[in-house]
Amino acid sequence: MALFDSMGRRWLALFKGFHGNLSFLGETTKEWLGMLVHPGRFRFGDAALAFERAAFDGLPICGGIGFLLGVILSFQSAAALQQFGVEIYVSDLITIGLFRELGPLVTAIILAGRSGSAFAAEIGTMKVDEELDALTTMGLPPVRFLVMPRVAAAILAMPILTIFAELAGLVGGAIVLEMMNVPNAVFWRHVAATADTFMILFGLGKACLFGLLVGLVGCSAGMRTQNTADGVGRAATAAVVGGIVSIALADGILAVICYAWNL
Amino acid sequence: MEPVIELDKVDAGYPGATILKNVSFDVRKGEVFALLGTSGCGKSTIMKHMIGLNPVLGGRLKVCGMEWSDRTRARLCRKIGVMYQSGALFGNMNCLENVMLPLEEFSRLGRKARRERAMALLADVELADAAQKMPAEISGGMRKRVAIARAMALDPEVVFLDEPSAGLDPVTSASLDNLILKLKSEKAMTFVVVTHELPSIFKIADRCAMFDKSRQAMIALGVPAELKESSEDPFVRNFFSRGECHV
Repeated sequence: MALFDSMGRRWLALFKGFHGNLSFLGETTKEWLGMLVHPGRFRFGDAALAFERAAFDGLPICGGIGFLLGVILSFQSAAALQQFGVEIYVSDLITIGLFRELGPLVTAIILAGRSGSAFAAEIGTMKVDEELDALTTMGLPPVRFLVMPRVAAAILAMPILTIFAELAGLVGGAIVLEMMNVPNAVFWRHVAATADTFMILFGLGKACLFGLLVGLVGCSAGMRTQNTADGVGRAATAAVVGGIVSIALADGILAVICYAWNL
Repeated sequence: MEPVIELDKVDAGYPGATILKNVSFDVRKGEVFALLGTSGCGKSTIMKHMIGLNPVLGGRLKVCGMEWSDRTRARLCRKIGVMYQSGALFGNMNCLENVMLPLEEFSRLGRKARRERAMALLADVELADAAQKMPAEISGGMRKRVAIARAMALDPEVVFLDEPSAGLDPVTSASLDNLILKLKSEKAMTFVVVTHELPSIFKIADRCAMFDKSRQAMIALGVPAELKESSEDPFVRNFFSRGECHV
């Protein structure tokens, strides 16, 4: 009996969570559509502040991780390719890997850890301090006031961070190949030949999608913060875990679509 | 006096958890009405129903002649102002910007006029010199004053105050009571105050409603001094005479 009780409670909690996410998504969509009619309602100042924190403050960590990613990819792939004397193709490999997949993916994971958790903690603290109730009773929808500027900031920050991480990764690859006696000029010529416009735009499109997911998941976790001692901490954890899971899911779906459409 | 808020056989609580049953009273225009009771008795829950945060579980609740619904929400939100227990000021805005926020969103005033109006409101709560300070830089009592100024920004018909004395020293608490009385007389506003501070109740409340957790009901309605003297309910008499509720 206890087993059924426990299972029932878990299913109920799961359903409530799903219902909560769905209504949050509906409310956010409604507000975005409303914004198309009244663009003046968008809080540009709040979005600029969130963008500054998400994008510019995140540049050093994204650059650092991107650089290390380039270095690691180069060393790992060079070991295999050197056996055939074609280590120059390391440049092609890291270009494709960074622009198509790893650049947006790793940057999004960093954004989920830095900004997704920050969004959840900020909004969660505001909820605990009754600031969300204050907005509601003033007739200001918290989604318009708090969620939309942050989601917009995450969407806009991702391409910038991704490009920065990708360039840093290429610099890391160039340094490693230089150490393997591949001249820098040759490396960059291969990069330019491999990176076509579609590949770059596809990667940036993915980055925007991941930014949207990180923003939505982070803000949703914040809005559902429980008024308990560990409520804000739990919300921040949920934002990071949920953000990474949603990014991985979306990336998997995109990989299948790319394969099916031969992109 | 005409009623501003009417409760008719209201069941209060949350879905699946009824806290108070069959609550009926009204709040009249221009009075300070106190919601009283011990912790957990449902006074804040009743207030959340009144300000439209939670729907009532049963009965009818009207604020300014309207029931809360998606259709009436926008209009009703402009007719009420709320001061939350913590003040609930927005930490990324200074005091002036906090007070200006409702004006920016809902009034047709120009920027200069909005600023002047917000400064006048801050002057009403005797905090004009704290206009440029951030909420984190001022005391709890000052935050509550700024929150009252923000609540009054759109000239609401009713201002709700959730535990205005909570966490304040007796001197600050008394000055807040004086401020409420001053605003009531100068602006002819209606106030609904959630509190369990006896000195504050006797000083500011024209009438009050008292709730009891164990009976899940409203157990008294009237003028605080009269209830203290003549209530037949020992719980009510004890509350007013000693601030305790052991019957």
